[in-house]
Amino acid sequence: MGMKFALNVVLGLALFAIVGVKLLGLNYLFGVVIPYLAVTLFFLGFIHRIFMWARSAVPFRIPTTGGQQYSSLPWVKSSKFDNPHTKWGVVVRMALEVLVFRSLFRNTKMLKREGKITYHWEKWLWIAALAFHYSFLVIFLRHLRFFTDPVPGFVQFLEKADSFFEMALPGLLMSDIVLVAAVTYLLIRRIIIPQVKYVSLPADYFVLFLILGLGLTGILMRYFWRVDIIKIKELTMGLATFHPVVPDGLSVIFYMHLFFVSTLFAYFPFSKLMHMPGVFLSPTRNLPNDTRMRRHVNPWDYPVKVHTYEAYEEEFREKMVEAGIPVEKPLEKPVEQQEE
Amino acid sequence: MAKLPKSDELFQSIDHTPPEKWWMDVPVEFRPGTYCYAAKPQYLETVDMPFPREWRPTDEDWKLPPNWREIFLEGMRERLERFRTFRVFMDICVRCGACADKCHFFIGSGDPKNMPVLRAELLRSIYRRYFTKSGKLFGRTGGARDLDEETFKELWYYFFQCTECRRCSVFCPYGIDTAEITIIARELINLLGCNIDWIMGPVANCYRTGNHLGIQPHAFRDMIEFFCDEIEEVTGIRPEPTFNRKGAEILFVTPSGDVFADPGTYTCMGYLMLFHELGLDYTWSTYASEGGNFGFFTSHDMAKRLHYKIYAEAKRLGVKYIIGGECGHMWRLIHQYLNTFWGPPDFLEVPVSPITGTKFEHAKSTKMIHVVEFTADLIKHGKLKLDPSRNDNRIVTFHDSCNPARAMGFFEEPRYVLKHVCNNFVEMPPETTREQTFCCGAGSGLNTDEYMEMRMRGGLPRANAVKYVHEKFGVNTLACICAIDRAVFPPLMDYWVPGVDVAGLHELVGNALVMKGEKKRTTDLRGEPLPGMEDVEDEDL
Amino acid sequence: MRIYNAKPIFIGLVIFFGFATFPFWYNGGRAAPPPEPKLDTPVIQKLEKKECVASKDYMRKSHMDLLNKWRTEAVRLANRYYVSAAGNTYPASLQRGCMKCHSNKTEFCDQCHNYIGLTPYCWDCHIPPKQVTQTEQVAKKGE
Repeated sequence: MGMKFALNVVLGLALFAIVGVKLLGLNYLFGVVIPYLAVTLFFLGFIHRIFMWARSAVPFRIPTTGGQQYSSLPWVKSSKFDNPHTKWGVVVRMALEVLVFRSLFRNTKMLKREGKITYHWEKWLWIAALAFHYSFLVIFLRHLRFFTDPVPGFVQFLEKADSFFEMALPGLLMSDIVLVAAVTYLLIRRIIIPQVKYVSLPADYFVLFLILGLGLTGILMRYFWRVDIIKIKELTMGLATFHPVVPDGLSVIFYMHLFFVSTLFAYFPFSKLMHMPGVFLSPTRNLPNDTRMRRHVNPWDYPVKVHTYEAYEEEFREKMVEAGIPVEKPLEKPVEQQEE
Repeated sequence: MAKLPKSDELFQSIDHTPPEKWWMDVPVEFRPGTYCYAAKPQYLETVDMPFPREWRPTDEDWKLPPNWREIFLEGMRERLERFRTFRVFMDICVRCGACADKCHFFIGSGDPKNMPVLRAELLRSIYRRYFTKSGKLFGRTGGARDLDEETFKELWYYFFQCTECRRCSVFCPYGIDTAEITIIARELINLLGCNIDWIMGPVANCYRTGNHLGIQPHAFRDMIEFFCDEIEEVTGIRPEPTFNRKGAEILFVTPSGDVFADPGTYTCMGYLMLFHELGLDYTWSTYASEGGNFGFFTSHDMAKRLHYKIYAEAKRLGVKYIIGGECGHMWRLIHQYLNTFWGPPDFLEVPVSPITGTKFEHAKSTKMIHVVEFTADLIKHGKLKLDPSRNDNRIVTFHDSCNPARAMGFFEEPRYVLKHVCNNFVEMPPETTREQTFCCGAGSGLNTDEYMEMRMRGGLPRANAVKYVHEKFGVNTLACICAIDRAVFPPLMDYWVPGVDVAGLHELVGNALVMKGEKKRTTDLRGEPLPGMEDVEDEDL
Repeated sequence: MRIYNAKPIFIGLVIFFGFATFPFWYNGGRAAPPPEPKLDTPVIQKLEKKECVASKDYMRKSHMDLLNKWRTEAVRLANRYYVSAAGNTYPASLQRGCMKCHSNKTEFCDQCHNYIGLTPYCWDCHIPPKQVTQTEQVAKKGE
């Protein structure tokens, strides 16, 4: 639901930037005030959400085990990383989860046909997700060249590596292509796979459109509607050094790009994008499967009403004695006598 | 009770395409065969649960208390603070859909609300509406909706269509565990006294008599003695089990289902034979006569209340450690919860096999080991004389039960035992075993008769995999290490894959076990002729 | 109200914020004045009409396009001259054209390229004009 709505919201954001800059001349608002607000909101919202999560207890140790347990039978080989029983095993499991999306790699596709249910290879989601996240990361890091002076070596290296093929001028960046392709794939799959479409909310389309908008405005600026990047850096360095300036002559497409990214930052902590820190706090992944070795303590544990053995024996004593089951307290009168 | 359609008709009726209307606009429909009966008030009263009353899911008016919404939302607020899982899982789902076709209920029903993501969204939409700013601000557009009676009924319907099997959690890139969401949703439902009868009955029984089936101590002993008669008939040897015996080295706890109904009873006989053969110094308890825990399908509190008896009885009897029988959710609780609930059991010792001397260090805190671990260790050390050919009439495949699979990682031990007690073992396809195993379709307290259609639907993926090996390799036995499996699979197999028997692992151990001084066996534990002995039976007649 | 697992969560947050605020602490809040490419080479000073092959705005944004086009035309079509919008003809060459006026690569080209962290591959093949560096100037004075 809500794909058109989400698209309209993103188009509305673009229009808002155009009107604000072109017609109303609110360059300072879009160039300085909104970016600062967005980053502030990002940091505060981020901390707030983490704080909310940290306030919640982890009463039980419930890792989802994805492999053979560790046990005292040395001839059974345990699965160290899919079912870790040590802290370091968990670190590796988390690293695999965060860096290469281990769980998503397991994905399969179910089909019902010819009277059977069958399962098939389906790694496209994993591939697209990896492609998307890594290209986004590369693009994000590359943008540090606008926020640092002098530009650190690793950023320059990244830029060089990214334009390895030396196609077009300025050098075609692979990450741009990969990002747009991956986001487009993720968007298309959300629209054409009926089940995924059915569970989608406007928010799901919104981030995809927003990031697509971000990527497309970036590409337009780099290859088609050239902008004066020295002036852009003047503005961005002003932001990074808290000496904000708004140079004249920056094109509206730049403001659009900046507004999109501001929106993304401001929106981040209040949305599903918080899966980024969230995965680190997922108790089914970040705990070792060692509960029989080490006791996990429930911090809010409280006493509950139980049915004690004494109460049990009290009710069934006679029957127990009759059946020859030992009891704690003998019957007042032996069974035989009662019967007499 | 609803009439169950024929299996091919049911299969044909499955359509995975979602309806035109968006899910928030599709009202819940209580179709017979797809929901369980409401809990009788006396069960709730036995364990002091709130709002006991007569009601039916199909009633217009569920007789909810006037302030039910406040109770529900306050319960949510409380649980958001108590369970990080709940809060984080409510916040971080990206609706990528990787979980969608992993749920056996979705595969078997095609109902989109059985996709784990949407099942969670049912509750998440309420979380958004009452606990997040975006939900309050954007309402429906923000994926939020009001909590009204219709929504509550929908939650009830779909959270009793999840078996807490955790298969979705294996595939989720963030480890979102629908079992956890279902457990908490059911806690909330229980705050309003709306549990199902099949769960509350066993809970109330278990609280009073120590086991789900309400077997009283004398009857419990009788039943076990009856198995001893049977064993004597088959082997000529009579085990001498003891009950509530102080000073025994080991307390043995197993689900009462195995004491009560076929084919679990044969598994129980397997234990009796094994322990007798080893001369194990162990005792049964009529008080701790249940390893399973339907309280876990009610609330964390109820689970804790019911599991009290295990350590308490171990302490009273002065045993050194505890062995647990073959069971699914029982082992989830023992492995991941028991020690937190009632530990540390300092009065016990680290389990050491009296036969092999193996010290089970991995259970050094909980002090409880799985009987299959115990048996695998015996076989590895060559302490058992086994004749696997006695199971030669069986081509066996192994079903990994959800809980030992995904909450423990218990894969190799049962396979090791199985390969030593039978000669014909084949695996089902890897997408359906080990951590990717499929639920029997009726775990978490849903194995009731009025729910038969949904059980058959939920069990389809498992049955489908059994059918594959049945047709390809002639598999005729489905082995498992779970009492609920043993209760659920026979009708499931009859429905989808006729000709496949269900057997507990220790039943097969019992068959293969060569006991000292036993007579020449002609039948297996079920009284059916052993392979090669088919004629002997006739001669006797 | 309690915070659970405060230590690892806090450490995680600190690491994340360390990275996330990189631009703020890396620059240390120092104002970073934009570069000012110098146009005061002897050749430019001698020019009567100080104009480039294209407008300043175009050159700031798209000089690489022009150079790229020149290269292609020179190599593929042997077209070694460029007629500007103003109707003037220039040698379409980096070394014989651009660098004749802008002989101060370090004060002109490099100013912006370094500022934005770019190392264009022009100089992989082309030879920049020999420049008198400041140290050399000082050395000369001292002689």
